[in-house]
Amino acid sequence: MEDKTFTISVYSENNVGLLNRISGIFLKRHINILSLNVSESEIENVSRFIIVVDTTEKWVQNIVGQIEKQIEVIKAFYHTDEETIYLENALFKIQSSLLFDEKQIQNIIKESQSTIVTVSRDFFVISKSGRRSEIEELYAKFKPYGIMQFVRSGRISVSKEKMEISSLLEALN
Amino acid sequence: MKISGAEAVIRCLLAEGVDLVYGYPGGAIMPVYDELYKFQDQLHHVLVRHEQGATHAAQGYARATGKVGVAIATSGPGATNLVTGIADAQIDSTPMVCITGQVGKHLLGSDAFQETDIIGISTPVTKWNYQITEASEIPEIIAKAFYIARSGRPGPVLIDITKNAQFDEFEFSYEKCTGIRSYNPVPKLKLDKVAEAAALINNAKKPFIVFGQGIILGQAEEQLKAFIEKSGVPAGWTILGLSALPTDHPLNVGMLGMHGNYGPNMLTNECDVLIALGMRFDDRVTGKLATYAKQAKVIHFEIDPAEIDKNVKTEVAVLGDVKEALNAILPLIEKRSHDSWHNEFKELYKIEVESVINEELNPTNGKGISMGETMEMINKHSKGDAIIVSDVGQHQMFACRYAKFNSTKSNITSGGLGTMGFALPAAIGAKMGRPDREVVAIIGDGGFQMTIQELGTIFQTQVPVKIVILNNEFLGMVRQWQELFFDNRYASTKMINPNFVAIAEGYHIKSKKVTQREDLDAAVAEMMASKDSYFLEVMVEKENNVFPMIPTGACVSEIRLS
Repeated sequence: MEDKTFTISVYSENNVGLLNRISGIFLKRHINILSLNVSESEIENVSRFIIVVDTTEKWVQNIVGQIEKQIEVIKAFYHTDEETIYLENALFKIQSSLLFDEKQIQNIIKESQSTIVTVSRDFFVISKSGRRSEIEELYAKFKPYGIMQFVRSGRISVSKEKMEISSLLEALN
Repeated sequence: MKISGAEAVIRCLLAEGVDLVYGYPGGAIMPVYDELYKFQDQLHHVLVRHEQGATHAAQGYARATGKVGVAIATSGPGATNLVTGIADAQIDSTPMVCITGQVGKHLLGSDAFQETDIIGISTPVTKWNYQITEASEIPEIIAKAFYIARSGRPGPVLIDITKNAQFDEFEFSYEKCTGIRSYNPVPKLKLDKVAEAAALINNAKKPFIVFGQGIILGQAEEQLKAFIEKSGVPAGWTILGLSALPTDHPLNVGMLGMHGNYGPNMLTNECDVLIALGMRFDDRVTGKLATYAKQAKVIHFEIDPAEIDKNVKTEVAVLGDVKEALNAILPLIEKRSHDSWHNEFKELYKIEVESVINEELNPTNGKGISMGETMEMINKHSKGDAIIVSDVGQHQMFACRYAKFNSTKSNITSGGLGTMGFALPAAIGAKMGRPDREVVAIIGDGGFQMTIQELGTIFQTQVPVKIVILNNEFLGMVRQWQELFFDNRYASTKMINPNFVAIAEGYHIKSKKVTQREDLDAAVAEMMASKDSYFLEVMVEKENNVFPMIPTGACVSEIRLS
């Protein structure tokens, strides 16, 4: 079975310490987490973890089973890239002077459909949402001009198919 | 009524039906101990000699009674000393609640005296853990702890309570936990899966049952027996499934796995339907997975969904409570005898008797006392009625292979973690949980010295456990591997031992040492007749090996008889 990228979605109670428990499951199997995002979900008081890993389907099934065993985990799902809508967000901090000295920069911003978040005397900040490849492409374009700071978020995703979490919660409540 | 957090801890334990706890006091748990002093007529506390002993005693208690074992320790080193026993309980699904003291909330994270992040440390080895920092959280969290520890697939829970939470007062009330939104301990049984399983079993030519501790945890021993007897299917057991079916049951074909019996291992790769009941296909049972029962359709009766297809691909997964599942399948099963198939097990057993068992039970050529014959002697005098608590190593395999059991919950050993030092404190717990039964600990000279200090607990409590040390002056199992797989290079496995009898007598425990075969019978008889604790050291053949054996990574049907 070959490695693929899987997005694991974990719906859980919002309790201290659960992140440690979940990350430990990956650690035990020596599987590197490519990206991790934790936020509130569409359900009140329910958190959602989105974890991206490269592994085999057998392992991801196994891991999801182990995650679901955790007492505070309500339900975990996994999806391939084809089964989800996903993106990451990145911020680029660049010297303000370049905006005026290097006209090409403005074209890059327009063509990449990224957004200027703020401009100050010394720097400006560009925000770009999209797939990893689009962010990496933008990074490559900015790099020759000098990037003062760069940060990229974990993947966020929603499934194309309905995720049966709300009906599950209704049954549990 | 306002009470302190410490008093609330005691009242919660009492509300959960706890009457016995094991522990060791220290600074951060002193308020709880102060309350224990007040409640000592209702809640008996056993002072062990090391916190690890408290966990193993709590495990022994839990395994012998089916109830939740409780261990209490202070913060820092007290808490970290619990970790081995917690890990052992986790992998062997033993219900246990550990309560640790913690530094005050205002000191958390400051590297205060005796502060450790026991929540972080214990996370990978607990079913659940929680740090209480406010007294008012105590009732709800302890109620959850007991519910989680005992429900579904049982396991250990650790509750860490800061010192301020033990001192602070709050309005106490207690309500038992009956459910947690995100936790489904017992999956609902699907009758279509039961029917599918029944059809496979009814059409099987060579069906084979492997059962594990799930039968004991699910209190499904009677159902197992009825299922085996109606279906006529031969049944083998994992090390933790031992004693769920009486040893002398005609369809009991013996132990599976690395040092299991010849027949069930060989025939695992011959059966056409493999029925796994409350077991998890541990690697010590399966050997090489790529060749394990590949010809068989596997039916897995299991409470834990994460175990399905984890190691062995199943044809039918029957998720849920094993007792309920067996009750449901029983009427659907056709009565069969499978005589010729069962005879295959008998034939292989004859081979094992001739090549291994006879020599083990009746050693020839002037060999010293064997571990197997010592077990046979214990069988003779216990009549199969004792609880046998074994440590880890060669003696454990001999104990599990040769001990005879008439009733369930009689085999207590460290299966998954293989914790040397387990047996002495676990025997204390088992005997305190089941004072009506004889409890015999079988321990090697290595493991004994890992928790030897618990002789002090035996002396102080006068708990009448029987301790048998099978002394070969080696770390025997490692030595066996060194002999077989490391060219006889006995690196650090020879033990220069102290005078064990003198040590036991130092704790005022009646003791005897046996070096000659002709003295064994009388010594075991004297031990079993003793009303008090008794220490028996048996000097056994130094370089005896446990066979059969499946070498690591080999296929189960490549089991070696010598």
